[in-house]
Amino acid sequence: MAERGRTLAMGEQEAVAGTAIEAPFGRALAALGRTRPEVVGVTADLGKYTDIHPFRDAFPDRYFNVGMAEQNLIAVGAGLAKTGKIAYCTTYGVFATRRAYDFIAIACAHSRAAVKIVAGLPGLTTGYGGTHQAIEDLALAAMIPGLTVIDPCDATEIMQATAAIADVDGPVYMRLQRAQVPVVLDAQRYRFAVGKAALLRDGADVAIVATGIMTPRAIEAAGALAAAGVSAAVLHMPTIKPFDRDAVASLAARTRAVVTAENHVMRGGLASLVAEALFDAGVARRLERIGIPDQFVECGSVPHLQKKYGLTTDAIVAAAKRSLGA
Amino acid sequence: MSLVEILRVLYDDVLRYRPEDPAWPDRDRLILSKGHGCLALYAMLADKGFFPVEALDSFCRRDSILGGHPEAAKVPGVEASTGALGHGLSLGVGMALAARARTRDHRIVVVMGDGEIQEGSVWEAAMSASKHRLSNLTAVIDYNKLQSAGPTREILDLEPITDKFRAFGFATVEVDGHDIDALRSVLGRAPVDSAKPTAVIAHTIKGKGIAFAEGDANWHHKSRLPPEITAALYAALA
Repeated sequence: MAERGRTLAMGEQEAVAGTAIEAPFGRALAALGRTRPEVVGVTADLGKYTDIHPFRDAFPDRYFNVGMAEQNLIAVGAGLAKTGKIAYCTTYGVFATRRAYDFIAIACAHSRAAVKIVAGLPGLTTGYGGTHQAIEDLALAAMIPGLTVIDPCDATEIMQATAAIADVDGPVYMRLQRAQVPVVLDAQRYRFAVGKAALLRDGADVAIVATGIMTPRAIEAAGALAAAGVSAAVLHMPTIKPFDRDAVASLAARTRAVVTAENHVMRGGLASLVAEALFDAGVARRLERIGIPDQFVECGSVPHLQKKYGLTTDAIVAAAKRSLGA
Repeated sequence: MSLVEILRVLYDDVLRYRPEDPAWPDRDRLILSKGHGCLALYAMLADKGFFPVEALDSFCRRDSILGGHPEAAKVPGVEASTGALGHGLSLGVGMALAARARTRDHRIVVVMGDGEIQEGSVWEAAMSASKHRLSNLTAVIDYNKLQSAGPTREILDLEPITDKFRAFGFATVEVDGHDIDALRSVLGRAPVDSAKPTAVIAHTIKGKGIAFAEGDANWHHKSRLPPEITAALYAALA
């Protein structure tokens, strides 16, 4: 693709081959709403940019736009949750975590209000620059005691996770991919479970541990590595907290090296959690990390930014080879 | 001390609740958004039987459920963890929306400090409350005119406080926050307007009832008192 530096419109996805589902979160929430009358939707004026419009259209009297007021969004959600509702609150990840952090920590987590925060524009999925790219949201969210943190990898998982988090007895922070979201996992066979890793491909040489949009790239990378004679396993970590440490440690113990891949800064997110899990389990393996460096990222087209900062299949392949000393 | 009469009237005459069943779905909700006023709330909850009165002696002690700010997960009758200021009114908006959706008539009362309403989030919540015409929501401002470092007038003036709430779409009432009969009348007849949330501006005196502490910001969150001061406090309350 020619890189002409065009800034993609907010939330616009790169072109993907294969199938995709439009607004998987909103569709799943609307479906959930039909069987669970206590489900309500709340947004801080980002309804159509967070894909909640299918729910709004199905249940207009269970949908509230609180305006551009993210602190209010989170605490209103807590009030609803404290009064028998299951409140899905949507905004961008940057606004939820940076602006409303105290409200997530105290009004939700400390008060045990089961708010479901659904956060758009994770990491480098927007070209709008540092104001809109949630590059450290997983780390911030995972620091809050009692907050479950999810980074789904495709439309199948978003739809399953949207329903599953309704039954989490506590607040949840879930990253969102919106609009046309690729389908990677087979909806008939895959089963998302909160707190559980998914071994999507087994392998003997290197363990690629990935989350969010990096998981489909890890699967592609494992295919490319196989063609080059390297046996790579892919362990998908949809839940960042509680983190499935045992799955990471046991896979690493039967491979020679580990690669992490995340759409997030490499400190405080997946890479840090994997390093901790390995250290605590006494599994010493070389660790190569794919992720965003410790800096604010500029504006630019999403494919350009993802390539520049190494959020690509090629970068994972190269990291896997490095990890094996190849 | 400035909010003792407010809570007394709410728990004696206004709110519906079941101490033996703090999670009763149809209860009225009280959120003490100024969490640092929790000692008065604890005393009221103990008096009403949410937990044994003896528990009050453990206030702020190791392993006590009664900390320096109220914790929802620990204290029966405490609806939300507060103390990070500016949360309560938004919580109240959410509870009021849920109450209306359930077509229940329970009320939500949020007690805020005056210094607290310097938090911008209070005004996000205020706009939200009036937009949704939450007449089942009452905000009570404990207006003692002193905050941690001194008079609100000097630090960040709240005036015209009543006009502000009116401009944000609330029906407003001013009341002497230490006059039991006046409080009973005002809190008992809220909502003032059936299409608006109510703001009760309660004029109060910090340290009310203890002559040497009244109106003195130095008594905001005072601890480690010498025995003679403790004795004087008890004497003032006798």
